[in-house]
Amino acid sequence: MDAAAAKLIGAGLATIALAGVGVGIGQIFGSFVSGALRNPAAAPKVFGNVLLGFALTEAVALYALVIAMLLLFVF
Amino acid sequence: MEHHNPLEQFAIQRIVPLHIGGIDVSITNSTVFMVLAIALITLFLTLSMRSGSLVPTRWQSMAELSYEFIGNMIRENVGNDGRRYFPFIFSLFMFVLFCNLLGLIPYSFTVTSHIIVTFALAAVVFVGVTIIGFIRNGAGFLRLFVPSGVPVFLLPLIVVIEFLSYLTRPISLSVRLFANMMAGHTVLAVFGGFVVGLGILAGWMPLAFIVAMIGLEFIIAILQAYVFAILTCIYLNDAFHVHH
Repeated sequence: MDAAAAKLIGAGLATIALAGVGVGIGQIFGSFVSGALRNPAAAPKVFGNVLLGFALTEAVALYALVIAMLLLFVF
Repeated sequence: MEHHNPLEQFAIQRIVPLHIGGIDVSITNSTVFMVLAIALITLFLTLSMRSGSLVPTRWQSMAELSYEFIGNMIRENVGNDGRRYFPFIFSLFMFVLFCNLLGLIPYSFTVTSHIIVTFALAAVVFVGVTIIGFIRNGAGFLRLFVPSGVPVFLLPLIVVIEFLSYLTRPISLSVRLFANMMAGHTVLAVFGGFVVGLGILAGWMPLAFIVAMIGLEFIIAILQAYVFAILTCIYLNDAFHVHH
């Protein structure tokens, strides 16, 4: 297999990481909604943590993007 | 301005070539936007607080809100020890926020979409927090890598894992901001190409997506600035209070 084909396959494989990220983000907001339905008064207080958790999980998706970019354009 | 390549928007253009002793210190478009961000922040804060009335005007409210926002963030995440680092974290937050938001102006340049810029900011945070940790706790700072309640036979593995994850902090901090900014702007440029390519008949579809995407980009710009600042506070808290 020549390098160019391997790069493309590698970049495609890197997107498998997005599955985990999707589950993670869904989990964060799912548990927030579930908690907010039980205790609506406490929801605004914890929303900052929700956003922080979302951004940290989204970052993992972007790490996968960076790896894909590295594979395609740098190597 | 014809852009054939969606990545062309990230190109650094020298505006005023300057060389000092063999080092290239030209004024580039990145420089211009960094200075613009700082100028806007300074104007916003100084002009808003001009009247300094007890019942604030609208601009003064905004300046006070931003101050309180960061002040509360530091008090919640670092505690009283962190108060002396308020100017640093406030400057960091406002700089990242304004640089992110300025990049959303069409045909402008996003300063934080370059890894070297975000890495410089993250490196300052990482090195600063490590030095503060060692000054405050001496060698006891290394207890950061030994979480409490770990069974002894797992300790060697856990310490190595904790140490490696500590070392990846500047990388994750910088790549998170860089990748968010670069990916967002690249998607906008790519879909902009689709709008032009599809013409009048079908061009409204990618245009609708771009409108939605710009809204998301505003949210991401503000959120990423907030995440950068709050992670700095959390790392600072680790340096002060070593027992997790």
